[in-house]
Amino acid sequence: MTAPTDERHGRRPGSDGSAVRRNGWVAPVAFGVLVLLVWEGLVRLLGVPAFLLPAPTAIGAQIGSHLPVILETAAVTGGNALVGLVAGFLVGVLLALLASASRLVAELTTPVVLAGSAVPIVALAPVFTTMFGSTTEIPRRLVVTVVVIVPVFVSTVRGLRAVAPVHADLMTSLAATPAQFARFVRVPGAMPYIITGLRLAAPAAVIASIVAEYFGGLQNGLGSRITSAAANTAYARAWAFVAASIVLGLLFYLAGLLAERLATRGRTTT
Amino acid sequence: MVSRSRSLLTAVAAFLLLVVLWELAKLVLPADGVTVGGTRLLPRTGDAAMPHVWTVLERLGTPEVAGAGSRTVGAAVASGALFTLGLALGGLVIGGVSGVLLALLMARFGLLQRAALPYVVASQTVPLIAVAPLVAGWGGKIHILGWAWQPWASVMVIAAYLAFFPVAVGMLRGLTSPAKADVELFRSLAAGWWTTLLRLRLPASVPHVVPAVRLAAAAAVVGAIVAEISTGTRGGIGRLIISYAQAATGDPSQMYAAILGAAVLGLVAAAAVGLLDVGLKRYRGSVS
Amino acid sequence: MTAVELEEVDKRFGEVHALDGIDLTIADGEFVSLIGPSGCGKSTLLRIIADLEQAGGGTVLVAGKSPQRARVDQEYGIAFQAAGLLEWRTVAENVELPLQVHGMGKAQRRARAAELLELVGLADFAASRPGQLSGGMQQRVAIARALAPSPRLLLMDEPFGALDEMTRERMQAELLRLARETGAAVLFVTHSIPEAAVLSDRVVVMSPRPGRITEVIGGCRPGGAVGDIDDVRESTAFFEAITAVRESLRKAHGS
Repeated sequence: MTAPTDERHGRRPGSDGSAVRRNGWVAPVAFGVLVLLVWEGLVRLLGVPAFLLPAPTAIGAQIGSHLPVILETAAVTGGNALVGLVAGFLVGVLLALLASASRLVAELTTPVVLAGSAVPIVALAPVFTTMFGSTTEIPRRLVVTVVVIVPVFVSTVRGLRAVAPVHADLMTSLAATPAQFARFVRVPGAMPYIITGLRLAAPAAVIASIVAEYFGGLQNGLGSRITSAAANTAYARAWAFVAASIVLGLLFYLAGLLAERLATRGRTTT
Repeated sequence: MVSRSRSLLTAVAAFLLLVVLWELAKLVLPADGVTVGGTRLLPRTGDAAMPHVWTVLERLGTPEVAGAGSRTVGAAVASGALFTLGLALGGLVIGGVSGVLLALLMARFGLLQRAALPYVVASQTVPLIAVAPLVAGWGGKIHILGWAWQPWASVMVIAAYLAFFPVAVGMLRGLTSPAKADVELFRSLAAGWWTTLLRLRLPASVPHVVPAVRLAAAAAVVGAIVAEISTGTRGGIGRLIISYAQAATGDPSQMYAAILGAAVLGLVAAAAVGLLDVGLKRYRGSVS
Repeated sequence: MTAVELEEVDKRFGEVHALDGIDLTIADGEFVSLIGPSGCGKSTLLRIIADLEQAGGGTVLVAGKSPQRARVDQEYGIAFQAAGLLEWRTVAENVELPLQVHGMGKAQRRARAAELLELVGLADFAASRPGQLSGGMQQRVAIARALAPSPRLLLMDEPFGALDEMTRERMQAELLRLARETGAAVLFVTHSIPEAAVLSDRVVVMSPRPGRITEVIGGCRPGGAVGDIDDVRESTAFFEAITAVRESLRKAHGS
């Protein structure tokens, strides 16, 4: 979908402004439960029609009865997101390395990446379908790849650039070669930023994967199921697939968060 | 620092380079692509799948459908893009204002912040756009004060929904960004909450809000396009892309032209946010 | 044998005249402090010697070679005000860094790093991360790192500036011991008068911009065992040296 970039300037990676502090989970959980209860109550009392908003219990029932299908389609959408995430990550890091090595490359890639963060990349889905055919997952995976490249590229470039002056002086005083400088200081220093890029890209990959399905092609993912269920007025079932999408997005986000925590383990914000 | 004219020049050069790469791919790669074990690894590069860049640009000037009185593809794409832009920007404004309001409430009431913020932050990581087909289902079934729910209203709601969350998070971050020392200064001057808000927190939040609005604008554009597809809203670029895509085997350049229009739409929305950034330049602080 | 020889060294940054006609010689094993008000160019002078900046005019010889040659041959070690440890490496790996850059084998590096950490009294923290150490301890690691290639010259740019007074005095004693044991010459930039007085053989006083050497005053560097430093701190000679430096600085500022 859109390509988020971490705009928290001056903030070291490894912290995502943790909104949920360790002992502060009571309020949000209570809030969530309250919302669910009110929702259920309103639907029953006011007779809110299903097309507007089905009751949580109805959605839950649908999840239960359709679990195998839900898991199967989630696997397809998740699979596309994962492939695109990995591919986009590799390409994004590579491009960033090239951009930091060559000023020309940096000047040429910056406007393209900037444009990439503004244009609706998912609109490219039909283009890839025409180029690769409509019976393959490749068009969607390509869309996800392009979407992922943007935040990964931006974060990696930032990381490679973020060399502390004292470290630069240190390596100069040691008469280190540029390769040694990259190996001992620049790349290890950039690691937290690179992983932050991955963390930002992970949920975007899921979003892009689902949205790409709305542009036609194979009908085997979560997005298409939501559309077909809604078209058949099976609203509670549609919301069940929506819930599955939300869970998938959260899973990817948590995986990205975990990767970030692991990569910045032992490092402090000096 | 790179001068303005130089960065403009390199931007143009970069896009020309993309055009060159496109044509090079057409020249070098096989027309039917490369299939390995049933999967096509390299795309079809024939004119039916990848038209020449000038073919696409040419198509903009030709009529949409054969026959008298048909508007040009360019006109169709432009009108569709403008329609969608209107809905996206409308959604951006509604969602953005709501987001700012929620952020103000969360800044004022700590309990609300503790309870609701995790959900607001989490919502940025989940595919909210998945509900688009469901909001589409409201079309024609709801009546508000006698006004029947139009499909385009669903589009605007979805765009607003997607713009709301990044703006709320960004605004809250901005409102809570002033250093403790600054807040204490205001307190020592016996300034009330409202004055502190006006004179300290709001100006301090600008460098946080502008990137958030940029993000929200991009989300609103995508949301509008996807919502148009889900609701089948006529007049927008989303529907245009889909209908052209269905005719793509016979007339690919038309589809490419529509997608080009969508890209320009995104850039125009980003430029609009850029104007906001310039307007608030005074408060930008040391953040780039 | 001289560690550093400066003749008529001049440096300008655009319009700003940072250094003007600097003449200075530092002998092997000598401890020389550079003191002066902020902006007088003392850090710039140190950086020129370290080949991190280029002199505008005059001659600079480090260990008898050009600064660039001296840098490539690793004739000096340098410690900055910020310890500048790499946070993703352990303490031992940080000390090993100069040796690793110069292609020393792993086993040899390990041994040398262990030796150095023993020297600075941080052998127990070899496997810790910099983030787990206090400011003073980090600075000790930085000094150990600077000593790793056994340089003849140690360049130090206000290394104790960020430390509290008690830690600072302890570190001064440590540094004196290390300088004596390794026999290295030290060029020490500071803006603390007592620090310059207690550590140095000579204190070089600089004027405000454009930086010139206005006076060179004898310091109170303790001779024998390290315990002497506390005696020195309480001696009359120390007080006289401080007074001399202070008056010189005041005069330089007034001129």
